[in-house]
Amino acid sequence: MQPVDKNNFEQEVLGSRQPVLVDFWSPNCEKCIKLMPALQELEQRYHDKIKFVKVDVSKNRRLAIAQKVRNLPAIHLYRNGERVDAVNDQVTGEAVESTIKQVLH
Amino acid sequence: MAKAPQYDTIVVGGGPAGLTAAMYAARARLRALLITKSGMGGQAATTLTIDNYPGFPQGTTGPELGRAIAAQAERFGAQIARDEVLELDLQGEPKTVRTKKLGTLSTRTIILAPGTQPRTLNVPGEGRLRGRGVSYCATCDADLYSDEEVAVIGNGDAAVEEGLYLTRFAKRVWLVVVHEEGTLDATPVIRERAFANERMGFIWNSVLEEIVGDEVVEEIILGNIATGEKQRLPVAGVFIFIGATPQTEFLAQQIELNQSGYIVTGQDMSTSVPGVFAAGDACQKYLRQVVTAAADGAVAAVAAEKFVREEEWLETVFSAPGALLVVCWSPAVRESYQAVYAAEQAAQNTGTRVVKLDLYRHRQLAGRLQVDKPPAILVVQDGTIAARLCGDFTADGVMESLRSVQERNEQCLPIERKEVNLDATSRQEQL
Repeated sequence: MQPVDKNNFEQEVLGSRQPVLVDFWSPNCEKCIKLMPALQELEQRYHDKIKFVKVDVSKNRRLAIAQKVRNLPAIHLYRNGERVDAVNDQVTGEAVESTIKQVLH
Repeated sequence: MAKAPQYDTIVVGGGPAGLTAAMYAARARLRALLITKSGMGGQAATTLTIDNYPGFPQGTTGPELGRAIAAQAERFGAQIARDEVLELDLQGEPKTVRTKKLGTLSTRTIILAPGTQPRTLNVPGEGRLRGRGVSYCATCDADLYSDEEVAVIGNGDAAVEEGLYLTRFAKRVWLVVVHEEGTLDATPVIRERAFANERMGFIWNSVLEEIVGDEVVEEIILGNIATGEKQRLPVAGVFIFIGATPQTEFLAQQIELNQSGYIVTGQDMSTSVPGVFAAGDACQKYLRQVVTAAADGAVAAVAAEKFVREEEWLETVFSAPGALLVVCWSPAVRESYQAVYAAEQAAQNTGTRVVKLDLYRHRQLAGRLQVDKPPAILVVQDGTIAARLCGDFTADGVMESLRSVQERNEQCLPIERKEVNLDATSRQEQL
């Protein structure tokens, strides 16, 4: 998963032609770290349809706040520069996958 | 004989209780599998500092401790799987665990360590704004609240410690306390730290009544229980630490739970179902800490090991063809010595095998063999108990019973009776 920060978020996420999944995480967040293997699995499965990126919130707090992230981990899905869906409560691999399917549908 | 189960024990839950149980079980050479839904460390993994786990003078962190116990368990051969339990059959022989990825697994024993989850207050706005500023995990979300004001609901050890952690990020942490000024449920060492922290503010005599926000949390409404007044407090986040509830709904119809849903266990961590043990925060107990969870795990694993060994012993005894005497005795019951002597004499004279079963050490087996108390002698013929002897034991009396059991056997199975080579001298097996 490609790391994205405040400098290239606009270009990599909002300006992307493909839908983008953004994993907002922090090295202090154990739940985020536990979730990562599941996200990597999903990336393998969906990388041709969705771009997977991650934002380290401890270094890009203002960006996260501006994107209405209030709890970690938070998974946001963007299409054509707009947030179209998000998983920010009970975030599991399964929950993320069903959101991906909805977005692709 | 039925196919042997795939595992001796399956541990459900990857917190300190489950991990320690897997470690002890594997070290006792049990084939142990631990199934965890959300990785290593359980609830402790969301706690950054663990100050009071013995052996760490500088403290340790939840994630570190979880990973360390997992590594220790794997060193002894425990298998750890990230998977989800869908269904348990606790009564069957063998017991089975149906999982999402690994399918259905069979096991002799199960150790339940499902832990707890944070309790919710169920005030308006809490459910809707979960993940949008309502949090139950300070270490997860603290980064997002740098230079913001946040509220912490609760005043026990967890609430105050998590609040203190948040002061490293937030410019102000409001602790909402139901008690009167100066009173916190947290232990003195934590309380003192809170009072000394300049970023910590206290709102006494108050309870959370509502969480307000359109898309994300904007403010909370507090009620003063002394004056009845309402107070609006603008905050960016609300952290709720008001205790926990056991994650035992999936066990409700299967094992005994108390009124609050905690698993009821004996001193050996056995549950109401034989071969099913429990450990950790989900159990009814006095103190829920990492150290007591680990201790439960150790006890549960040792009890499970004993159960497995007894079951294996039973299988060995009952799978042997031919005649066999089982003497149930106890070192504490003098009359039982005569039973041992009589059985051994009878066994020697007839070339029959004899095994001694110490019921003082193996009370569970007494139940499974339906022996009330020692002494008793069971005559086993081709894997089934053909006669139960009690009263005064003599070698002649025992031989008489053996003869009649074998005669009966011949009458029943005149054609298919197998020739059985018994050892010339009686063999003694002791558990």
